[in-house]
Amino acid sequence: MSLDLQSLRAQFPILSQQVDGKPLVYLDNAATTQKPQAVIDAIVSFYTQCNANVHRGAHHLSDEATRRYEKARDSVARFINASAREEVIWTSGTTEAINLVANGLAFQLKQGDEVMVTEMEHHANLVTWQQACLKSGATLKVVPIHDSGELDMNAFDNLLSANTRLVAIPHVSNALGTVNPIQSLTAKAKQHGALVLIDGAQGIAHGNVDVQSIGCDFYAFSGHKLFGPTGIGVLWGKQSVLQDWPVWQVGGEMISDVTYQSATWGVLPNRLEAGTPNIAGAIGLGAAVDWFTALDMPAVQAHEQQLLQSATEQAEALEGLRIIGTAPNKVGVLSFLLADAHPADVGFILDRQGVAIRTGDNCAQPLMKRFGIPGTARASFSIYNTLEEVDMLFSALKKAKMMLA
Amino acid sequence: MQLPSTDEIVDDLEFFDDWEERYQYIIDLGKSIPGLSEEQRTPDRLVKGCQSNVWLISGINGGVIEFDVDSDAVIVQGLLALVLAAYNRKTPQQILDFDINGYFEALDLERHITPTRGNGLRAIVGKIQLLAKQAIH
Repeated sequence: MSLDLQSLRAQFPILSQQVDGKPLVYLDNAATTQKPQAVIDAIVSFYTQCNANVHRGAHHLSDEATRRYEKARDSVARFINASAREEVIWTSGTTEAINLVANGLAFQLKQGDEVMVTEMEHHANLVTWQQACLKSGATLKVVPIHDSGELDMNAFDNLLSANTRLVAIPHVSNALGTVNPIQSLTAKAKQHGALVLIDGAQGIAHGNVDVQSIGCDFYAFSGHKLFGPTGIGVLWGKQSVLQDWPVWQVGGEMISDVTYQSATWGVLPNRLEAGTPNIAGAIGLGAAVDWFTALDMPAVQAHEQQLLQSATEQAEALEGLRIIGTAPNKVGVLSFLLADAHPADVGFILDRQGVAIRTGDNCAQPLMKRFGIPGTARASFSIYNTLEEVDMLFSALKKAKMMLA
Repeated sequence: MQLPSTDEIVDDLEFFDDWEERYQYIIDLGKSIPGLSEEQRTPDRLVKGCQSNVWLISGINGGVIEFDVDSDAVIVQGLLALVLAAYNRKTPQQILDFDINGYFEALDLERHITPTRGNGLRAIVGKIQLLAKQAIH
């Protein structure tokens, strides 16, 4: 079975539109992916057929809403191979998922404890831990990377110690595209008894996430980078860790018994999900996961590698272009600088030609500083992009180079 | 160099029929304004955008406000020149009376000054309008 790209693309209504009279070439997929009709339909169907609050109504609509909402949790649990559905906690996205963990960890950290992150973090997986350390008196250790964008494994080994309480690593770097060896890094951290959190924001949409085989304690991701809606994401955590994790937001849905003076907490997953959840979002994400898992994953992954390979070859052939992030194991992302041109200018001129990319610091200011650059232009690919679109990126870039020389 | 008036700019840009010429005109306009030296680009004059940075200096001289601006991106510098054509060496009242959104719409560039753009342009316009208000009160 191979990938029928044309029928895949046809499922994304937004992709057929034009920008300034030119066909849209959407290469900002690391920021957010587009949504297939199946996801749009699931959201519309929820609001048109069974909108009601979940878990508490004594009526048909609420039962149906609850059924669809909890079915979405089952889909996600299966998709990432969670050992129990209660391990899937709905959040608003990766950022909130990491905040939930960091907030709880801050209670447990003390002076002398260490939290480890890497130089390639997105702010969501950096500022969270930095602030937890500032609050608790613990120390933040930052594992350096090589110029290629690969993690310095020796430094990783050397920084791990009996004081390491938690290691937070991105599955895939949003700015560089590096795929980290999360399984072996987790195994090393586990030898020192540390908790491990994987920031899966950029990893989840490339398939094959199996939280049990990774061996981590937490895996966080966003729905909207996985063809689902914005405002919904997942914190997966091991049941044994999550069941006693300090509650984060308190209020309705998450309690067991309440008096005026005290409260006790409910069980997983509810104890970490205060308030009315994003019901339509969860249902949309469930639909996205069902849609994605029905694809021929090896064919999808081969196609993604082809896109990146073609982009990398054309980038290397374009004089004056410098690729930022040249790790051998990469996925989805081509970050670059075009001669002396400012990335924002490159973005403007590409936009005018219908090509959508990201420009700027990629929400990773310390990483940009580490490379001594103000930011990059970043083209990021998804499964519905075509090799022709990669060619269009480069013809647009050649025009930008000419205009900005 | 003296910038053209806003009316002249609107006329000039209408004359071009392709976007490349329009952008080239904007880039050239940006290059025609002096910019700032490294020493003048101080943090207190910086308006940070997540895509590009902009610096603004202002001073009142004989009843009008004078501005100097700079950006690290050439197209943003060009857009700043368009803003300066509207605001530089104008009285505070003239600044407040000027319809900047209408002007950018007439230039077909309104999407560059929407709040969603991280280029600092919207923030610069806000800053200039605030300075004009403060000068009146």
